[in-house]
Amino acid sequence: MSAVAEMPPKNFAVTPRLNAAGEPLGELLEVSMGPHHPSTHGVFRMDVVLDGEQVVKLKPVFGYLHRNHEKIAEGISYLSAMPYTDRLDYFCSMTNNWAYALTIEKLAGLAVPERAEFIRVIMAELTRLQNHTCLIGFFLQDMGALGTPMMYAFREREKILDLFEAVSGARMMCNYMRFGGVRVDVDEAWLAHARKITGDYGKFLDEFEAFLTQNEILLARTQGVGVLSRELAINASVTGPLLRASGVNYDLRKVDHYGIYGRFDFQVPLGDHGDIYDRYLVRVLEMRESLKILQQALRDIPAGPFMDPKAKLRGFRPKAGEVYGRIEGPKGELGFYIISEGSPNPYRFRVRPPSLINLTILEDMCLGQKIADAIVILGSVDIVLGEVDR
Amino acid sequence: MPVTKLDIVPNDCPAGERSLRVDAVSAFAVARFLRDDPQLKLDYCSNVTGIDWPQATVKTKVKKKVLVAGVEKEIEETIETLRSGHLEVVYHLYSMALKHGPVVLRLCTENRADHTRLPSLTPLWRGAEFQEREIFDLYGVIFEGHPDLRRLLMWDEFVGFPMRKDYVAPDDFEYEPTPHDKVLEAAKKHYPAEEPA
Repeated sequence: MSAVAEMPPKNFAVTPRLNAAGEPLGELLEVSMGPHHPSTHGVFRMDVVLDGEQVVKLKPVFGYLHRNHEKIAEGISYLSAMPYTDRLDYFCSMTNNWAYALTIEKLAGLAVPERAEFIRVIMAELTRLQNHTCLIGFFLQDMGALGTPMMYAFREREKILDLFEAVSGARMMCNYMRFGGVRVDVDEAWLAHARKITGDYGKFLDEFEAFLTQNEILLARTQGVGVLSRELAINASVTGPLLRASGVNYDLRKVDHYGIYGRFDFQVPLGDHGDIYDRYLVRVLEMRESLKILQQALRDIPAGPFMDPKAKLRGFRPKAGEVYGRIEGPKGELGFYIISEGSPNPYRFRVRPPSLINLTILEDMCLGQKIADAIVILGSVDIVLGEVDR
Repeated sequence: MPVTKLDIVPNDCPAGERSLRVDAVSAFAVARFLRDDPQLKLDYCSNVTGIDWPQATVKTKVKKKVLVAGVEKEIEETIETLRSGHLEVVYHLYSMALKHGPVVLRLCTENRADHTRLPSLTPLWRGAEFQEREIFDLYGVIFEGHPDLRRLLMWDEFVGFPMRKDYVAPDDFEYEPTPHDKVLEAAKKHYPAEEPA
């Protein structure tokens, strides 16, 4: 007997609301939004039940981009799983690489040279910058500011992608980090270019904020909308800027001090109300903190090797054991759980996707809101479907 | 009142965390204690994973001291034990309030075929909701007490559990103009060589 037979029916029953006498109060409307709705950031579907314009029920439906990344990675060697991690959250391949490399280093007990640690921090913070910039562009688009904010965001993103391309050969699928270091070194010209872009980024943020932070329409659409309480955020394992906008001080860069984050001077911006506006502001402030980290890292980067000479990439067979490694990705806690049995491929390869788990509370945030706000709330969660469905 | 059975599972890797194996009956009570105890306060359930362990003989090497002709010698002996097939669910718990962790909690099903029921911890941590649904979908563990146990990734008509080790992927060969290696073998099966006219 298979488990399939025991499942409850897939779609919830739509029951009309009744008045005290048991008579129906009018009809509810069930709308299937997606998977090709432009505002769903990929192939994501929401089953929404509406009472007029108000959301009564909302169930996310996944699996349109499911390719069983975990199964693929269990069948290939440790190193060949690295390019696959690029495709998880295809906006932030650098941080995906880092999370995977960090986990394997923890599993095999590899040390990372100083210069490589600096390069990793620089790449991760550049990734965070471009991710947050684009996210703000996207979710303004969801609010109806078609095109213009997104084009400004993409202009800045392209500058950072140029840096990635110069060092790894690819704009988005970087495949740059390795167990025990990074693939290629950065040269002085690259560092100078990175310093220039980081130096100019603050000015762009000022411009961006001058248009947005006090914008009347943005305030009206975001303040008090999609509120997520502190308790629910913790209980539902929400991570990243979404969690910190609800006022929980939990940033893995400060908690775990992975890599060399313990050395940099930066702060963790926190929200107060947990609404969309706080999420927007937390991201803007986080970008300014990222700029601070970048300036320190680009100033202090030492000379030296960029790869542990003892690290073995081909024919790599870590000893038996299991490990869970995690980093603070731009979208939240990105974790890898690996079980090794001493063979060339992992016995169990698990990705903890922040985008998927952050969607747990999507329904709670949308209930009672207008349908147009549900779109903006989804935009403020920041999801990438490559990671949600894996 | 059933007796809680707790085991500490060792982990040999350099930075690995040891984990806590709990029997299915008392898992919920143990998990609630871990969440509510003021010294632990594991309020954040980060990661929930399924693992498939098919039936297998496990070889463990043990060092033994043996007297050989009056001289003490150390020899390695391989012990073979039969591991019964089961599914395992692993929870990684952290504390956001006290910023410590992880505590790794493991639950095992009786077998892989008809006794695959485990208590759901979603009533304690909402964050486990989608992840338990994923394990239900891809491994076939049935979580009792889950508020909304539906498939997450696969479609409704799909039969089988793709993440299990004995899952055989469907034969979905596509025509290729220049097949080679493995693809060539598959192509021969699908397109037997045409006989000359």
